[in-house]
Amino acid sequence: MSGAVHWVAWTVFAFFFALVTLLGFVAARWKKADLNHLHEWGLGGRRFGTIITWFLLGGDLYTAYTMVAVPALVFAVGAYGFFAVPYTIIAWPIFFVVMPRLWNVCRRHNYVTAADFVHGRYGNRWLALAVALTGVLATMPYIALQLVGMQVVFEAMGFGGIRDGAEIALAVAFVVLAVYTYTSGLRAPALIAFVKDAMVYVFVIAAVIIIPAQLGGYGAVFAAAEQAFTAKGGATSILLGAGQAMPFASLALGSAFALFLYPHAVTGTLAASSSNTIRRNAMLLPAYSIALGLIALMGYMAIAAHVEAKGTAIVPALILASFPEWFAGFCFAAIALGALVPAAIMSIGAANLVTRNIWRPYINRNMTPAQESQVAKITSLIVKFGALVFVLFLPLQFAIDLQLLGGIWILQTLPTVVLGLYTRWFNSNALLIGWASGMVLGTGLSWSQGMKPVFRLPGIGAVYIGLIALIANIAIAALITLIVNGMTANARGAERGSDATAPADYEDAAEGFSS
Amino acid sequence: MRRLLLLIPFVATLMVPLYNAREPSLWGFPFFYWYLFLWLLLTPLLIWIVYRGRRA
Repeated sequence: MSGAVHWVAWTVFAFFFALVTLLGFVAARWKKADLNHLHEWGLGGRRFGTIITWFLLGGDLYTAYTMVAVPALVFAVGAYGFFAVPYTIIAWPIFFVVMPRLWNVCRRHNYVTAADFVHGRYGNRWLALAVALTGVLATMPYIALQLVGMQVVFEAMGFGGIRDGAEIALAVAFVVLAVYTYTSGLRAPALIAFVKDAMVYVFVIAAVIIIPAQLGGYGAVFAAAEQAFTAKGGATSILLGAGQAMPFASLALGSAFALFLYPHAVTGTLAASSSNTIRRNAMLLPAYSIALGLIALMGYMAIAAHVEAKGTAIVPALILASFPEWFAGFCFAAIALGALVPAAIMSIGAANLVTRNIWRPYINRNMTPAQESQVAKITSLIVKFGALVFVLFLPLQFAIDLQLLGGIWILQTLPTVVLGLYTRWFNSNALLIGWASGMVLGTGLSWSQGMKPVFRLPGIGAVYIGLIALIANIAIAALITLIVNGMTANARGAERGSDATAPADYEDAAEGFSS
Repeated sequence: MRRLLLLIPFVATLMVPLYNAREPSLWGFPFFYWYLFLWLLLTPLLIWIVYRGRRA
């Protein structure tokens, strides 16, 4: 926190922040429509084409926290931290196969959230509530961590003698964000994402060319990293050690399946204008994964450059050490704006869930569209201020632990949501019991390991806890479904009758194919 | 059944022993790293082949 105030960096930063704030408010007029409808405020009217969706989802899924946390992990543990790359490779085939089905059925029935779909598919409002609550719970700490991404940037730029400077700056940035999300809805992050993502690409391209050149090339960077890990005792290195392959692969696989269950991913996807927009984006979005992989390597660059920093502070420190101050300010702006886009979409995703799946069924069944939109807007404010309070008043480790649990929790909605896109075989109460079992098992195992993501299974090795809980979850749901079906021959028929969707709802409409 | 092509990235990136090696290195990148970057290029290509097949 001490040290010089980087005035030039602050000036450049302030310019871009002001520009984006302006865009946030202008966004309300973009693709103009009545924002007093939830599908307009919360899904941008479902008319974002391929390019807007690419910027929106890219800015949404590859967050500011990722940009500082992944290099920090690689800096600390080497190759193991690189699991983010296979994770963001295999995520896209999953996206390509699954999400167009979700988009089709949601479009046809005007569903705004995954829990809306669950309610329609199973006719079980408790199951829908479980999916909604899991989504909100998993999202809250995720928003809090976006603030951490901004905080490290503010601290790197310095405040001189101002006490709590980073906290004040954070609060100001977040109030601004909250207000334009309130007025413009999903249009705001969609428009801001253009600027933010372009800046991130400039930052990444400059960083991966200029910094290694200063350090003697990539060969030298990897060699310096390997040397440093050997000096630390060699438990981790630039290749995976014995016993690291299983946790590496299972974390990648589990995280890839979890990604598209998050409310911010669902919101970004449902805002697309067609199912083929989604398919095209499955081919185009891996470009962001390349940027992420290169950013991850900044962990090694920080080692080679002997950066005097720890944890999430290493990327800002490396930027300050490697670039002229004006460009450092540009990079800091890219990271901080990288927090605003996902934070906005996450709060909108959570707000959509609260409005549609908690407020409407349990508090006011007869909301007008305008009331529905109003509830969502206010919820987005509450969610964001909750995250701000979280970061300002609770230990950082608490947010990190909860974010880890959030990943395990959201994965437990997979049988209901993803398998539900393909089959109505499962009994809805069986799914609810499977979900509850997975939540308890996942939380318990993680707790027993001191909030670590992996658990050692005898004969297999350390496996991602989210996957272990998911397998138990599916097994329990399947077993109970079999038992229920066996006991009451016509129970299946009775459950089937409550399905509001038809098989054709999941397929592309004939005319949609040409778009 | 072109869709089965989409399983290839899973096998290629989750079977860690396939690529957990230093050599052959490329432009200073150990094999582990450039192999994963290569799959970031090949995966969209496979998705594209499946996508074209759908429309045909």
